[in-house]
Amino acid sequence: MSAAIEIPYNTTERPDTGLYNAKLGVWLFLASEVMLFGALFSTYVLLRVNAEVWPTGAQILNIPLATLNTVILILSSVTVVMSWTSLKMNNLARYKLFMGLTLLCALGFLVVKTFEYRAKFEHGLLPSTSTFLAIYFTMTGLHGLHVIGGILVNFYLWLPGTKMWRTDPERFTNRVEVAGLYWHFVDLVWIFLFPTLYLLPGK
Amino acid sequence: MSDHTSGTSHIKTYLAIGAALLGGTIVTVLAAKVHLGIILGIIVAIIIASIKGWLVAGYFMHLLHERKGIYWLLALTGVFLVVMVGLLLWTYGDQQGTPHGIFQAPAHKETTHVP
Repeated sequence: MSAAIEIPYNTTERPDTGLYNAKLGVWLFLASEVMLFGALFSTYVLLRVNAEVWPTGAQILNIPLATLNTVILILSSVTVVMSWTSLKMNNLARYKLFMGLTLLCALGFLVVKTFEYRAKFEHGLLPSTSTFLAIYFTMTGLHGLHVIGGILVNFYLWLPGTKMWRTDPERFTNRVEVAGLYWHFVDLVWIFLFPTLYLLPGK
Repeated sequence: MSDHTSGTSHIKTYLAIGAALLGGTIVTVLAAKVHLGIILGIIVAIIIASIKGWLVAGYFMHLLHERKGIYWLLALTGVFLVVMVGLLLWTYGDQQGTPHGIFQAPAHKETTHVP
């Protein structure tokens, strides 16, 4: 007689919400993330409208590198959704390939960001230099932390976490789906950060 | 077999959305090079970013075919977001016309000397 207690609705949908637990959980988490980044975007707006002068991003920031990072994040969004589709098609080898590519893109994003930050620091452009740089480092720094969080989760699902595929493939597929939802959100935030910080005209 | 066929059609959709997002990125960068003025420049940038965001949320995050519960959750989040942003802007509007705005400290702070 087994004493193990099975947590319900790991794979089956709850009758009241129509969602399995992890999906509802990750959407609640993403809702809190919307508020977090919403507060920062509001802060940006407030700082900008109160400033007498505000630089155009191109005067201080590196547009080609930021564009490259945008492309990298979009590609990673494609690869992460392809990894989930691969599991849906019962193809673990292809899942591993696409999740590996996602991790490569994520690391590439951080490497590019590191080059960008280093160039700023070498030129003495610090968060304390100006209000613009303060909000730039705050928003991109927080976004970068989210990228690191995504890397950790995706790495777990890429290597050690894969063993669940053998015992409970549906649950593992759901895990990849919710991790993918988080990753798409990280991409979504960058899609708004990129024009806001780098491209908007100054005053 | 049907899973495989459905998966293949999804892959085509995802690739098309990925291509559209890359195209949108090019348009965003090119639009920033055109001197549209501050207001129009901001409006154009927000419109392009919103379209790209809608593609990511709608297709990659499957929001176009999601359960009602998620829509309610996001709607509630939207309400809270509007209230939060509204309060900030209200504060800003409330401070308009005051001598120092809401961030700058008074240039000369009066000090009281107690003998």
